[in-house]
Amino acid sequence: MPTKTEKDTLSGTDTTGHEWDGIKELNTPLPTWWVYTFWATILFAIVYCVLYPAVPSLSGHTDGILGYSNRAALAWELDAQAKERSKFVGRIQAASLADIRKDPELFNFSVTGGRSAFQTNCMQCHGAGGAGNPGFPNLADDDWLWGGTIDQIHQTITYGVRNANEKSRQSLMPRFGADGILTAAQLSAVTDYVLSLSRRGAHTVEGAKVFRENCVACHQAGGTGNQELGAPNLADGIWLYGGDRNSIYRSVFAAHAGSMPAWGERLDAATIKMLTIYVHSLGGGK
Amino acid sequence: MDVLVHDDDEIRSVRQRKSGLPLYVTRLKVYPRAVRGRWRTVKWAALACMLAIYYLVPWLRWNRGPGAPSQAILLDLDGRRGWIFDIVIWPQEVYFVTGFLILGAVGLFLATSLFGRVWCGFACPQTVWTDLFMLVERLIEGDRNERMRLDKARMSATKLMRKSAKHAAWLIMAAATGGAWVFYYVDAPSSFVKIFRGEASLEVYSCIGLLTATTYVLAGWAREQVCTYMCPWPRFQAAMFDEQTLIVTYQKWRGELRGKHKAGDSWEGRGDCVDCRLCVAVCPTGIDIRDGQQIECIGCGLCVDACTHTMDKVGRPHGLIRWDTLARQEAREARAPLPAWRAARPRTLLYGLLVSIVAAVMLIAFALRSDTELTVQRDRSPNFVRLSNGDIRNSYVVKILNKSQDARRFRFVTRGLPEAILGTVGDDTEITVHPNAVGMFRVFLTVPGASAPIGSTPITWSVEDDLGRERATHVSIFVGPGR
Repeated sequence: MPTKTEKDTLSGTDTTGHEWDGIKELNTPLPTWWVYTFWATILFAIVYCVLYPAVPSLSGHTDGILGYSNRAALAWELDAQAKERSKFVGRIQAASLADIRKDPELFNFSVTGGRSAFQTNCMQCHGAGGAGNPGFPNLADDDWLWGGTIDQIHQTITYGVRNANEKSRQSLMPRFGADGILTAAQLSAVTDYVLSLSRRGAHTVEGAKVFRENCVACHQAGGTGNQELGAPNLADGIWLYGGDRNSIYRSVFAAHAGSMPAWGERLDAATIKMLTIYVHSLGGGK
Repeated sequence: MDVLVHDDDEIRSVRQRKSGLPLYVTRLKVYPRAVRGRWRTVKWAALACMLAIYYLVPWLRWNRGPGAPSQAILLDLDGRRGWIFDIVIWPQEVYFVTGFLILGAVGLFLATSLFGRVWCGFACPQTVWTDLFMLVERLIEGDRNERMRLDKARMSATKLMRKSAKHAAWLIMAAATGGAWVFYYVDAPSSFVKIFRGEASLEVYSCIGLLTATTYVLAGWAREQVCTYMCPWPRFQAAMFDEQTLIVTYQKWRGELRGKHKAGDSWEGRGDCVDCRLCVAVCPTGIDIRDGQQIECIGCGLCVDACTHTMDKVGRPHGLIRWDTLARQEAREARAPLPAWRAARPRTLLYGLLVSIVAAVMLIAFALRSDTELTVQRDRSPNFVRLSNGDIRNSYVVKILNKSQDARRFRFVTRGLPEAILGTVGDDTEITVHPNAVGMFRVFLTVPGASAPIGSTPITWSVEDDLGRERATHVSIFVGPGR
């Protein structure tokens, strides 16, 4: 540091005292507002570290006097949202499905809430809007494996199909080809017979015989299906695993056993009611 | 060009050279003096009018029936409706606000091209509230000289009391301003009670707080700084002036050479201006109109009143400072016959035409408003559903906007698919929509498999009322299987 600070004559400011090849540098003081702001930020930081979680230690951190935590804030917000929704959700929990359908306010809430729950839980298999996928039923049409009334839909959603839940819907189609129950000729004949049920194939005596002996028990005479057993209607135009000859042959040969989770184990009762209302309103419900 | 430099300026620049270069010009505080006269009266009248409208309009009542608010003018942000007497504006119609703003802007252009800066001098909220705050300041602290003395004096009990009283009065007026603003958005009588009970919402208190702060700062502290530095209007007002615009004018040809005048002195060889500087003293922005047209002059005409007062005292004719057009001033100076004031000229006619066009467009759009609107959204997943008997079905979400004040019953009608069968979720045959509400319905259109179109085909949706009159239509499509 020089013993005497030099003042620049033109501006009145001190120089830094250094000189490079005759060039000197002005030591202009920092703007007052800037310095005050800087001090304010330091003060803010100190106050913040005292009030909020700030300083990490090896296995934790300081908690701060205010005891704020992001998780607690989130929990509080979720709680507040649940309280907001409870006005309707409470009523839905208390009302029966038929009552919900009659009340336009509850109905609209259920459809919207059901749509939201559907997008989160169901659309992965059943497609957005319930359009379905090969092997996963279309919920928007009027063909139902396990019944399309609102109570039947409710049961299917709550307990699922072919899962470990003891109340789930259960049925098993024999693997007529893979287990050698029918011969190749019989398989072919019954496939043609099934096609004929939807007026796309020839009606043969042999096929009718095989069908009567093996298939009618579940699929009923004429292939109209049995909703208690989840046996599809073979006489309509809707096919879960494909309606062309090859697909039907494969269905008869190796059978199918689709599975659906028991949502009652994962979702609360009100959500399931809303899902039921929503699925029923997709246009196929009876 | 003789530009007169203020004495203050000279002193200030010498001081600057001695102490170093400041970064900006220090603000010179303006102490406007009280004045009486015609333009002061006009200004008071304008102020009273504007404040009356601003504070009283939210309290007007209008009976719209049970479900609707009873305030005549209410911008219900929560309910997303604008209620103006019998008119209800929905959010989709917010372009009416745009139209109003455009109308306001062009109207302002017209007024400025005719009468100069009358907005700035008489009607602008900044002017009105600053004038009001200055009045309160004058009542509490005294007129110009008293206020200057008070500011220079050391802090004493009297000074503290006066200053506190003034700022308290200002804060109360600012809070009243903020409160009145809020009443345009919430029901005035009920909110008034709630605000004082502490029961109003956070938004209401925040709004009042913000407007209190801005009113207090802008009208109490910033004042003419707003006009000079913040507002864009002065910057382009000059573009709207021409030689036929009425502006506050100092008649230099009559007033110069200026100088002190004693009673009995002759008026020969000198101007009428006796350099009393009253025009500077009364100016709310603190400028000297004798320097000519300048951006800070807000055209309030108080200097006209002050000079008239002085001219009366020295026995000279009025009008040394007056409202006049440039064309007439030039004629006066040349002692030529005065041209008539031409209000109708290409500029004003063009502005007038624009105002008419915008107003006409808005009126027509308004008259053609229907009170029923229809939107149809087709479900795209799935695109279509094949039913077990082979029928093809599309589903739609149909929203009917009922903008009237009565519940209405509707029927859906489709055109474009002769065999289509319509069905609604819930099997509602009666479609009823509440007044001032949107009714949402899920509707199915089913076509026998054999006559289903391949790919998409255009259809039209419409809703009819009880009497079979078509109220609204919407274009949509129906999609069948295939490409």
